Amino acid sequence: MSAPETQAPRRGDVVLSAHNIAKSYGSIHALKGVNFDIRYGQVTTLFGENGAGKSTLMKILSGVVQPTSGEIVLDGEGVNFTSSTDARDHGISIIHQELSLAPNLSVRDNVFMGREIPGATGVDFAEEERQVRLLLEELEEDIDPLTPVEDLRLGQQQIVEIARALSIDSRILIMDEPTSALSAAEVEVLFKVIRDLTAKGVSIVYISHHLEEALEITDHAVVLRDGTMTAYAPRADIDLEWIVRNMVGEHYDLGSPPSGYAFGETALSVVDLTVADPNAGFNLVDRLSLDVKAGEIVCIYGLMGAGRTELLETLAGRLKPKSGRIFLEGEEISSLSIADRIACGLALVPEDRQRDGLVQTMSVGENMSLASIMNFTRGLFTSRRIEQSLIADTIRKVTVKTSGGSAPIGSLSGGNQQKVVIGKMLATDPTVLLLDEPSRGIDIGAKAEVFKLLAERARTGLAVVFSTSEVSECLSVAHRIIVMHKGRISAEFDSSVTKEKIMAASGESVAA
Amino acid sequence: MNQAIAPKAETAKVDKVGGMSIGQLLLEGRAFFALIIIIAVFSYLSPNYFTVANFLIMASHVAIYGILAIGMLLVILNGGIDLSVGSILALCGVVAGALMQGVELSPFGVILYPPVWAVVVLTCVFGAFVGAINGILVAWFRVPAFVATLGVMYVARGIALLQTNGLTYNNLSGRPELGNTGFDWLGFNRLAGVPISVIVLTVIALLAGLMLARSAFGRWLYASGGNERAADLSGVPVKRVKITVYTLSGILSAIAGLVLSSQLTSAGPTAGSTYELTAIAAVVVGGAALTGGRGTVRGTMLGAFVIGFLSDGLVIIGVSSYWQTVFTGSVIVLAVLMNTIQYGSRARKS
Repeated sequence: MSAPETQAPRRGDVVLSAHNIAKSYGSIHALKGVNFDIRYGQVTTLFGENGAGKSTLMKILSGVVQPTSGEIVLDGEGVNFTSSTDARDHGISIIHQELSLAPNLSVRDNVFMGREIPGATGVDFAEEERQVRLLLEELEEDIDPLTPVEDLRLGQQQIVEIARALSIDSRILIMDEPTSALSAAEVEVLFKVIRDLTAKGVSIVYISHHLEEALEITDHAVVLRDGTMTAYAPRADIDLEWIVRNMVGEHYDLGSPPSGYAFGETALSVVDLTVADPNAGFNLVDRLSLDVKAGEIVCIYGLMGAGRTELLETLAGRLKPKSGRIFLEGEEISSLSIADRIACGLALVPEDRQRDGLVQTMSVGENMSLASIMNFTRGLFTSRRIEQSLIADTIRKVTVKTSGGSAPIGSLSGGNQQKVVIGKMLATDPTVLLLDEPSRGIDIGAKAEVFKLLAERARTGLAVVFSTSEVSECLSVAHRIIVMHKGRISAEFDSSVTKEKIMAASGESVAA
Repeated sequence: MNQAIAPKAETAKVDKVGGMSIGQLLLEGRAFFALIIIIAVFSYLSPNYFTVANFLIMASHVAIYGILAIGMLLVILNGGIDLSVGSILALCGVVAGALMQGVELSPFGVILYPPVWAVVVLTCVFGAFVGAINGILVAWFRVPAFVATLGVMYVARGIALLQTNGLTYNNLSGRPELGNTGFDWLGFNRLAGVPISVIVLTVIALLAGLMLARSAFGRWLYASGGNERAADLSGVPVKRVKITVYTLSGILSAIAGLVLSSQLTSAGPTAGSTYELTAIAAVVVGGAALTGGRGTVRGTMLGAFVIGFLSDGLVIIGVSSYWQTVFTGSVIVLAVLMNTIQYGSRARKS
C-alpha cells in the first residue's frame, strides 16, 4: 500500500486518524489499508455502497472489532481499543446501524445499560430518569422514559439509540445510518442536535445512504469502495455527481440487458398489492401493480425500508397481503402456499442467504436439491441417480466452485453459496424467478457471474425480477428499472437511464 | 497477503483428502468405540457378560428405550423435544390393559373382547392421537416444544392414573374362550432365538433409517430442523413435517408401551417414568444435535446400546445402583461435550 500521508490531506485539527487500517475475515478482505481522519468539531461523512467497508471501519474505530493491521492515532498517540468499553473510555461512542437495544427494558434502562448511576440503594433511577427526560427533550421526542422499548415504533427506537450515544458525553460520535427509520421532521431535529454538538467541539462521523441528506450536514466527504478509500474532499469541493462517480467506479462491467429476442406473454402480474406492517398502521407495500413478461429482466431499486423485500416475500407467499391479487401466467396464485407457488413456477431467492436461503447442516448437494425433491421421488423413495445428476447439472450450470455435491455448505465462499441458492430455485424449473438483493455480500467477480446467469436464463424465457440497493446494478442486465419508495413505484425507467436519475427518484424529494 | 495464505489452504486440502486424522475418526465414531470399550471391560470383569444369552436379554431391555429413542430422534432432528414419551407409554399400556379386560357396551348389555391385533392397532392409533396433540400445539399454536410436551406429559400420566384409579392391570393374558390370548407374545416369544421386542426394534430402526436417508420426508425433516425459514421458502411443508414427527413419536411410544406391558404381563399407570430422559440421552450420546438437523438412526441405536449395556453391565458386576446413575450421567455429559467439539469445529471451518 502507498504511504498514508499522501492520501489524506491533514489540517491542524485532526483529532483521530487511522493509518493503513486493514481487516480480513478469513480470505475476505473487508478493508485494504484505509486512511481516515476525524476533525475537531466537524462532521466527516463516509460514503460507499453496501460491502464497501464503511461499517467495518466504524466498528474498528469504536473498538467493536480489532483491525488485522494498521494504527489508530488519537491526539497524536497510538491507541489500541480492545473493546467498545475501552473506546468509550477514550471518548468515542457509536450509534449502530442495527439497533442494539434490549426490547424488554425501558427507555431509561436502555440508555444507561452497563453504565447505571449508582445511588444509595443500588441504582439511582430518579437521576437516570431525569437525564433521559432532558435528552429526549433535546431531541424533541415525546417518549416516556419508562416505556419498554418494544412498544416504540422503529423510528423512536432509533431516537433512543441516539439518546444513549449522546448521554455518554463523548468527544467523537459515530453515527452509522442514524436516519434510516426516521421521518423527515425527526431528521431535521437530529441535524440540529448534530450542529449543537459540533459547536460544542464534538467530532461526528456520519454514514448514510441518503446522499443528499448527508451532503446537507457534512463538512468532509470520504468515499470507500471495495475496502479502499477512493476519494477525499471538503464539502465545498463536491457535489452529488462527484460522490456517485467515486462510490460506484467505472472500472467493472456487470453486463448489459440481453437482446435480440422478443419477450413472451405476461408471466407475472401483480394488481393493487398492499402489505400492511404487522406492528404499525402504515403499509409496507402500497397498492402496487406490476407486469413482467417472459424473458424480461426487471430491477427494483430502493432504499432500506422502501418495501422491496416485503413485496418479493409476499409474491413468494411468505407474507400475507392485506389486499391485491397475484397472477402467474394468467392463473391467480394469491391464495396458494409457498410450496404450491414453487410448483406453479414462481421461486424466490431470499435476501438473507444464511437465515433464509441455506440449511447449514446439509451438504451443497442436499441444499441444491431441496426445493425440487419431488421431481426425483419415485414412489416412496428418492432416486439417488436422478438426484446426483440433477446436482451435477446444477453445479455446472450455475458454475459453483466446490469439491463436489457432498461438500459442507459452509466450505463455500459467499458468492458460491449464493449460486447454490439460485441453483436450488432454478432446479424447480420456474417461469418467474424473484431475487432479493442477489448481490448482497458477494464480490464483484461473483456478482458479474450471477448477472450473466440471469441474462442467459432470460434468453430462454425466464422472467426475472431482482431487487438491489446498489445503483450500479440497476444498469447491468435489467431491461426495465423500477424505483420503489415507501411501498410505491416512484419511477420507472428503461435501461438507458443514468445513475443520478435513479438515485434522485429513490429519495425523499420525489415523494413529497 | 495472498501468497502467504495460499500454501495454508493447500495443506488444509491435503489433510482432508488424505482421510480423517485418528482424533477425528475417534470423534466421529465415538458411540461405536464407547460400545466396544464397554463390552470389552465388562467381558473382562464378568464371565457371564460375553454370552449370546446375556446379549439377547440386554438387547430386549434396550428395545424399549431404543423404540422411544427413535421417536425422540425424529423430534430432535426437527429441532424439538418430546418429554411426553414416558407418559404416553404408560397411558397406552393402560389403554391396552383396559381393552384386554373387555369393553362394556352398556346400551347393548354386551362386553366386547377385541382380539390382540385389534388391541395393538387401537393402542397405536391412540398413541398417534396423543402425539398429534403435541404436534398441533407446537406447529399451529406455536407453544414451545418443551412446554407443550411437558404439559402433555402431566396430562397423559394423570389420565392413566384416573383410568386405573392408581392400580395396575395384572390380567393381560386373555382367555382362550374369548379369543383374545397372545398378548404376552410381544414380550416373551422368540423368533429363531431372538426376542420379539428386539426384532420389533430392528424393523422400526430399519424403516426409520430408510425414511430418513431415502424419502422426501426425511430430507424435509433434516432441512426444517437445520433451518426452518430456509426450508419453508424452499417449499417444504414445515408444519406438516412437525405434526408428523410428534405423531410418529406418539405411535412409537405406544409400541414401546405394548412391548413393556407384554414383558411385565401387567399395565400400570406409573410405568415408564423418566424414560423420556433415557431416550433423550440415547439420542444425544448417538451424536445428534439438540439444535436440530444433525443425527442418524445408527447413532441413536448405538447410543441406546451404550446406555443399556453400561447399566446392565454394572448390575452384572454388582455395582450399586447409585453408582449406575453417576456413570450414566457422566456418559451423557461426555457425549454432549464431544458433540460441542465436533459441531463447534465444523462451525469454525465454515
